[in-house]
Amino acid sequence: MTDLLQLLVFGIVFGSILTLGAIGVSLIFGILRFAHFAHGDMMTVGAYFALVFVVQAGWPIYMALPAAMIGAAVLAILIDQSVYRRLRRTAPVILLISSFGMALLLRAAAQLIWGTDNQVYQPGINVPYVVFDIRIKPDHLVIVGASVILVFAFHLFLKMTRMGKAMRAMSDNVDLARVSGIDSERVVIWTWVIGGALAAAAGVLLALDTRLNPQLGWNVLLPIFAATIVGGIGRVYGAIAGGMFIGIATELSTAVLLPAYKPAVAFTLMVLVLILRPQGLVRGMN
Amino acid sequence: MTVVLKVADVRGGYGGADILNGTDLKLDEGEIVVIIGPNGAGKSTLMKAVFGLATIRSGSVSFFDRAITGMRADQVAKLGMSYVPQERNVFASLTVNENLEMGAYLRDDDFGPQIERIYELFPPLRERRRQQAGTLSGGERQMLAMGRALMLDPKLLLLDEPTAALSPRYAAETFERIREINALGITILMVEQNARQALEHADRGVVLVMGENRFEAPGPELLANREVAEMYLGG
Repeated sequence: MTDLLQLLVFGIVFGSILTLGAIGVSLIFGILRFAHFAHGDMMTVGAYFALVFVVQAGWPIYMALPAAMIGAAVLAILIDQSVYRRLRRTAPVILLISSFGMALLLRAAAQLIWGTDNQVYQPGINVPYVVFDIRIKPDHLVIVGASVILVFAFHLFLKMTRMGKAMRAMSDNVDLARVSGIDSERVVIWTWVIGGALAAAAGVLLALDTRLNPQLGWNVLLPIFAATIVGGIGRVYGAIAGGMFIGIATELSTAVLLPAYKPAVAFTLMVLVLILRPQGLVRGMN
Repeated sequence: MTVVLKVADVRGGYGGADILNGTDLKLDEGEIVVIIGPNGAGKSTLMKAVFGLATIRSGSVSFFDRAITGMRADQVAKLGMSYVPQERNVFASLTVNENLEMGAYLRDDDFGPQIERIYELFPPLRERRRQQAGTLSGGERQMLAMGRALMLDPKLLLLDEPTAALSPRYAAETFERIREINALGITILMVEQNARQALEHADRGVVLVMGENRFEAPGPELLANREVAEMYLGG
């Protein structure tokens, strides 16, 4: 029992990270209609941005995180305006393939700039708290706390602001959004701001939980896609549920399976959901 | 009379073969004009071409003497023209109130009073203001679609088959509402399958066949025209 609860803790931590990535993938799909394969590597680059602020500027992680988010948002806009924007009038599959190329490019750039070794934000041991035999590291609290704050802020943005509503409107019905006078290019730019910033946050938090290397984000792209699809692709609220579901399910699976099978578990759940509930687990929420 | 909309010899469609083959249209201020014609005649395409949603290969469109040929939909909306598509004409996952807010997206002023006016025009919407638009009935959905289009206080309203999915009772009511909207000084261009009823409420009817104008006359006159009646009004 204690073991399962311990795994549940790990699952919630992993799920909070996946959620931040999945919201971006789902949002980008909702607005631009393509699966963004470079999302994992955007996470990686965002995590390295934070490393620069921590190591070079000596900032604490709670300052480096927002700075990295801003950096990744700017990077996402640059990528969109220089590459994706030119391909937007073609078929979505071309955008998908080009984002695959962008993924390779970002990863190679990260390797060139920061090297292939594992790195950490702060060396030393993160002494865990022990509650009823369950070990919770302070970093775990930071990860879940930061994720909850960001998801809540994103929720307020979607429900309360003019741009947030326009984003939901465009994701719901592109043609009607144009007809209503919504400037789709501005919505697209905001989509990248949010997608990029949340990807960076996911990357930083994942690097905090594990180690930072150029494969960081690419390694979790599959569970993030699984979370997106389980939640119903294009539905950002579904992505939150999907992220937690995949995170918890993959960690719990290690009670009976080798940890190496985690991506296979995520993939199997994704396929099962596609077969049994293709509209996603969460219904009617966009 | 001020000319609101002028379509001159427009050819175009959606990139493949032309659907519009030299269509002309002129709307005077304050008119209700209805376009009728068989399926595939290009009625909806004409509206989309006017609103920048279909490709115009040649010819011109002007709105209050201003050339808008090939202009982007969001820019056309800015000039004071609104369009209600036939299908998928509300944001299903947004609430009724949010749909109206999206209709006012281009307004920087306080549009609260305008939302109130829409609720006065369509009282059932007020009760459902916090409900998702996807849960509305067909009639309510049509009201919301028109309400959204009216949020910008347009000078010209394009309606694509406003009664297509409605029962006869709702259809009659919708035509009444369209007249009320017209009485506010808004010029109206609509496409209708429900041709007889629509012509009764229109100042003028245009028969479009194969992307070309075939007949054009005041509503009652078209209704009385034997050829039109036999071919396009079901005898």
